[in-house]
Amino acid sequence: MIEAPVLERVLAEALRHGGHFAEVFAEDRSTSSVVLDDRRLEDLTSGRERGAGIRVVVGETTGFAHTADLSEAGLLAAAAAAAEVARRSGASRPRPAVGLGAGSHVLPDGETPLVPKATAVELLGRADDAARSAGSAVTQVQAGLASSRRRVLVANSEGVLIGDEQVRTRLSVSCVAVGDAGLQTGFETAARTCGAELFDEVDPEELARLAARRALVKLSARPAPTGVVPVVLAGGSGGILFHEACGHGLEADHIAKDASVYAGRLGEVVASPLVTLVDDGTVASEWGTSTIDDEGHPARRNVLIEDGVLVDYLWDHLRARRGQRTSSGNGRRQSYQHLPMVRMTNTFLLPGSDDADEIVAQTPSGVYVAKLGGGQVNTTTGDFVFGTTEAYLIEDGRLTAPLRDANLIGNGPEVLRRIDAVGADFGMMPGTCGKDGQSVPVGCGQATLRITGVTVGGTAG
Amino acid sequence: MSPHAQAGYDLEAAAERVASWARSGEEVEVYVARALETDVRAYAGEVESLTSATSAGVGVRVVADHRQGFAWAGSLEEAVLAETLAAARDNAGFAVPDEHLALAVPDGVPPVAVDLFDPSLAQVPTADKVALALDLEARARGAHPAVRQVSSADYGDVVVETALVSTTGVRATGRRTSAYASVSVIAGDGDASQTGTGFTVGRSYDVLDPEAAAAEAVERAVRMLGAAKGGSGRMTVVFDRRVTSTLLGALAAALSGEAAAKGRSFFADRLGEQVAEASVTLVDDPTDVRAYGAAVYDGEGLACRRNVLVDGGVLREFLYDTVTARRVGARPNGAAVRGGYAGLPGPGCRALVLSGGSEDLDEPGVLATVGEGLYVQSVTGVHSGVSPVSGDVSVGAEGLRIRDGHLAEPVREVTVASTFQRMLRSMVAVGADLAFLPGVAAGQTVAVADMQVSGT
Repeated sequence: MIEAPVLERVLAEALRHGGHFAEVFAEDRSTSSVVLDDRRLEDLTSGRERGAGIRVVVGETTGFAHTADLSEAGLLAAAAAAAEVARRSGASRPRPAVGLGAGSHVLPDGETPLVPKATAVELLGRADDAARSAGSAVTQVQAGLASSRRRVLVANSEGVLIGDEQVRTRLSVSCVAVGDAGLQTGFETAARTCGAELFDEVDPEELARLAARRALVKLSARPAPTGVVPVVLAGGSGGILFHEACGHGLEADHIAKDASVYAGRLGEVVASPLVTLVDDGTVASEWGTSTIDDEGHPARRNVLIEDGVLVDYLWDHLRARRGQRTSSGNGRRQSYQHLPMVRMTNTFLLPGSDDADEIVAQTPSGVYVAKLGGGQVNTTTGDFVFGTTEAYLIEDGRLTAPLRDANLIGNGPEVLRRIDAVGADFGMMPGTCGKDGQSVPVGCGQATLRITGVTVGGTAG
Repeated sequence: MSPHAQAGYDLEAAAERVASWARSGEEVEVYVARALETDVRAYAGEVESLTSATSAGVGVRVVADHRQGFAWAGSLEEAVLAETLAAARDNAGFAVPDEHLALAVPDGVPPVAVDLFDPSLAQVPTADKVALALDLEARARGAHPAVRQVSSADYGDVVVETALVSTTGVRATGRRTSAYASVSVIAGDGDASQTGTGFTVGRSYDVLDPEAAAAEAVERAVRMLGAAKGGSGRMTVVFDRRVTSTLLGALAAALSGEAAAKGRSFFADRLGEQVAEASVTLVDDPTDVRAYGAAVYDGEGLACRRNVLVDGGVLREFLYDTVTARRVGARPNGAAVRGGYAGLPGPGCRALVLSGGSEDLDEPGVLATVGEGLYVQSVTGVHSGVSPVSGDVSVGAEGLRIRDGHLAEPVREVTVASTFQRMLRSMVAVGADLAFLPGVAAGQTVAVADMQVSGT
């Protein structure tokens, strides 16, 4: 994308007024999406974005500028703008020029193709048909297929020069069903860090039927109970709860600002002994997977909580440098127009040894969550809220009535302590994580597990 | 910086040029936008980050033989403009013909010249912006002994210029400025920590009020100290104006003509019916210059206008873009919105305002009317817990108990639930403290009876 000698000159310009660290992050992103909505194909979109973000770190301050102009002149102008903070601080002498490695990890020459539009149109048609044939009450179907290719190049003043190509494909189907209970919705998505080979594993029709079934089932749903009840999360249904309610609190930027319930608690018991929480950016083709993070560090597998004991946080380059340790490979950014920060990749609770069906059988009463929707957490207090999108009442150890969508509300650290059974099954789900206005793809996972008490906020009956 | 992203490069001319490349039998719409932004974040008395950036891009829509394709690019280079048009054209080739697909045509409604551009912003030196962020951080830190951390204090501003040109005769250019400062504080220690945020927004640097933003953040955190989980029951809930704005923003999705036409709104098929108490009106008026979402032109280049959606509690109108209006046989009402150059326009609210017939009450007045209940200062999980399709509302909430018409002890970790259908018929009081907050809806203090509150 940019030759090494050019990058060296740009880094030299970035450090002209001094500073501890400078970096060029260049990105070339192509996207392609097709949406089949209400049986109409009116949203066929292609996108292309290219540019570079340049940052200069001086003490505790970061200067940042970005440009869509990848010519040497454009990059030098952005470097000068980013260096403004160093000039302002009257920091110090220019830093010596940087020698970049021979480019041993440069980008592959050939670009991986995106899913062809004709293929997308055909797959979406099949998904639409399958969803509608799931039941006559299904009145609306929206199916979308999006693929993206992101080629990135990172060069920094510590001599790093590395590139990566990241290809992602996502299929989603949402359905509306109409009945006596009004309109009910169902949603399902499959997303992987790979190209069209996603469909070697995922059957679009099966996925569509699942989305339709979620909407149909809720037509006969009753209002969720309210109050504190035992909750069983189905395997792969609710890893996002641990991402939100726990993972964010382990990000080193929140820790450094003492804005996390987990600050200063390394080595302490913070969860039930059944809990081992891992963040792993290397799991093959998961949604949060990449070879390197957006600061050029290799993705890694990081154990955060081991048998209930807090063992580590998540780190990006800047926080790791201040903590005098190495990055954990968790510096990510939405695009070249954004500064990197500490982000999760694929975050999951390791499976246990209980039988998933037995966990339900041994729950006299409670709520079984077959699918969690989105949620939100206040990392400072650990308070969270999550919506259920498919849930059932548990009575006498059996699943009985389907429940209307409701919220689970609670506190992250409390929920981790209240896990009293973890199954041997396991499942992941893709998600989009938002932090400070930036979105990145992440994976979440867990086995079937039981939380002894969570507040369920009922639907008004 | 790319020369195409610099001030002086003629956006309208670029859009004209691309439109002129249209082939016969083809409708082409070109939207170009350029933004110049500065962002400063302060932490612990220092500048944590300073960002300055210019960005620009193009979105091209092609309709040919009743088939539509779209493409975008984050660049205005000549070669890229041509590639983008070609990609949009190529995409249209895969679409299925739909007779309703067409670009907007000028409808004779004159644009209202709301002034959204304050030239003074361009004259503010970066040093002053940095100073504002540092001042905001210091004010929040020093405002109350219980404040333990100021987790972020930000200043940001942006100048946006846009041009939209189509082969169907639309020409719309615009520019606007906006500036904001926001701060987030943590009060108390350990498990007893509470957070609060405050912000100030305007069209220029000079109108920002960092002192008020800091005071707001600190008050919201400090008054929550000692909060306990609330109990359960049905009660009257008072939403503060920020929460009202958020909930109306979610309700707005149900007023989209597209959602209604596609059966994804609980308002579908209810035009002309009583959907709310007779005192309730809902008006979307982007021509009100006070509104955060005020605009001269909509996302397809038609004049924005005042649309009365609910009047006397009766559903009167939905919001339309061109294709939806054609599909349902309605007149377009200038309500297309687009999220930037990288997306197709679709119908939506910009400046929704609720009124409810009792507008002489301030917040204490609303509380006095209510007597007993729950005052909610913030909600979470709106994205997952509020459905414009079914109308179900179930959100996490924190706030203060209302006793004897006054705010009493703080409450956290509760959910409040109802349905929009029921809430619109259960409004006990609508305050006079209307504020034009960031987002697509304004907000005021509103009391809603008979909400399900669930806690321990």
